[in-house]
Amino acid sequence: MVEPVLRLEALHKSFGGLMVTRDVTVELAADELHAIIGPNGAGKTTLINQISGLIAPDSGRIVFGGRDVTALPAPERAALGLARSFQITSILPAFSVLENVALAVQARSGSSFRFFGRASSEEALNKPAMAALDEVGLADRADVIAGRLAHGEKRALELAIALAMEPKLLLLDEPMAGAGREESQRLITVLSRLKGRFPMLLVEHDMTAVFALADRISVLIYGQILTSGTPEEVRADPRVIAAYLGDEME
Amino acid sequence: MMFVAFALFPIAATFGAEAYLIDLFRRIMIFAIAALALDLLVGYGALVSFGHAAFIGIGAYAVGILAASNVSDMIISLPLAIGAAALFAYLTGTICLRTRGVYFIMITLAFGQMAYFFAGSLAPYGGDDGLTLAMRSTLLGFAPFKHDLLFYYIVLGCLVGCYWLCRALVISRFGRVFRGARENPTRMAALGFDVFRYQLTAYTISGALGGLAGFLLANATDFVSPAYMSWHRSGELIVMIILGGIGNLNGAIVGTVAFLLLGEWLSDLTENWEMIFGPLLVVIILLARGGLLGLAAQMAAWYRRENILSVGDFIAAVGRYLRQLARRTIKSTLQTSRSRSRG
Ligand SMILES: Nc1ncnc2c1ncn2[C@@H]1O[C@H](COP(=O)(O)OP(=O)(O)O)[C@@H](O)[C@H]1O
Ligand SMILES: [Mg+2]
Repeated sequence: MVEPVLRLEALHKSFGGLMVTRDVTVELAADELHAIIGPNGAGKTTLINQISGLIAPDSGRIVFGGRDVTALPAPERAALGLARSFQITSILPAFSVLENVALAVQARSGSSFRFFGRASSEEALNKPAMAALDEVGLADRADVIAGRLAHGEKRALELAIALAMEPKLLLLDEPMAGAGREESQRLITVLSRLKGRFPMLLVEHDMTAVFALADRISVLIYGQILTSGTPEEVRADPRVIAAYLGDEME
Repeated sequence: MMFVAFALFPIAATFGAEAYLIDLFRRIMIFAIAALALDLLVGYGALVSFGHAAFIGIGAYAVGILAASNVSDMIISLPLAIGAAALFAYLTGTICLRTRGVYFIMITLAFGQMAYFFAGSLAPYGGDDGLTLAMRSTLLGFAPFKHDLLFYYIVLGCLVGCYWLCRALVISRFGRVFRGARENPTRMAALGFDVFRYQLTAYTISGALGGLAGFLLANATDFVSPAYMSWHRSGELIVMIILGGIGNLNGAIVGTVAFLLLGEWLSDLTENWEMIFGPLLVVIILLARGGLLGLAAQMAAWYRRENILSVGDFIAAVGRYLRQLARRTIKSTLQTSRSRSRG
């Protein structure tokens, strides 16, 4: 069997008395789009934060690309090719849309300890950045100040930033959060086009999106993986229906 | 443009034979270098350093202490002044930059005061009283600081150089990361940037420029004292950059000029000038968000909007503005009193 891109081994995390990650073990294959669903407060964001390195787990291991990264700080994980988007839009609001993405390109292309030369006119940074913007349909908004974008556009920018990092694994924390129907539909199209190019771990509330995109689904409830399987298996699982899907799918 | 004004100024001043004005403007330019260094941190990194005078002081003491040991050549003293300040910045920065916001302000202040008290305890070098410079710095036997005019233009050259350096820094790859760290450090970490390293580098560069200002200041005043490092000085530097407009290198220079000229002018007018100076600064800073440069930009926009071409237009526009203001004030007063009587 091929080595999985990501392996979470018995992760645990508590905030005070609240156990938010409970013995989570997940494997992600190299060509897989793996979705994590679960009600609000289930601990999905906390899990993504542990994988990306913003929060340290209390115990357990995170193995990325065959390497134990549990103790590695977030920037170094990103440098290894671990890219993420944030549920609550996390961009550089005072920078232009293009600069937001160009900075992601800059992160993976040579040293940033360069003190001379105008970064904003480096074609080697702007070109890939424009390509990423094109991919999410934001190319015509490249010169706008990012803080002035509409909410749905910010969600698209968030995705473009992650794409520009040329990830080896993409963590997406509710990429459609707060986007309108039309915007969501557009993002789903973008994601299905990206599928297969690199593995993705997708946290999403929008069940239409999840069942349209995911190869496998894990259901997280009270910090614990209730079950993992193909969309069909998960949809048919009576425990899932009882605990979660029942009211989501009317 | 500003630099041209600085360059032409001595020519104008020689006609008036006001040697002291040359002295004043040399001092202004020296502090402008320190203000530029501070604006790099505050304006582009949101790192409000409240101990920046320490770097000036360290640079100045390096000159003073070396001169007291008969070392006056700037081949030695200049790198030492800059290097000592940079080293101090680097060492304190590794600690300060672990903190954020108010804690950062407090801890930079604490390190600044530490340097201040240390200088005051240097008994062989005058302690609290400070130390008169045994001789100004020389360069391989020449004495460039002996001629006031030459000294003036050297300072101007340093100011232009620092401005150019800061400008280049801000727009470079490095500067982009540094500015990004102010905007959203979490995003920067997720992109793969260890923001601490970038901030520490900027802090060290800023300290080095402060050291250069100290080197020049010691030579300009022929004197070094712990007062150069006091927190008043650090506070003044902050006021200067706020006054001119933060996050805009031109603002740092404009602010320094305005601050020091205003102080000079008021102290000529009256003995109790500080009683006017303080409130005046508060008023300017409150009125002009974005400092004097911000005010100028607002004025320019207003001129364009009101289409002001002559003095008459100007008076008419001011009239319109005041009437509008009065109407708005009356309206809001009425509203609050009405809602109060209702409630
Ligand atoms: N930094 C934190 N400190 C304390 N509690 C937290 C923190 N982050 C999240 N939580 C709590 O952990 C639980 C899981 O949160 P989260 O991971 O955001 O859930 P989800 O993304 O699935 O909605 C929630 O009850 C939340 O209040
Ligand atoms: Mg969440």
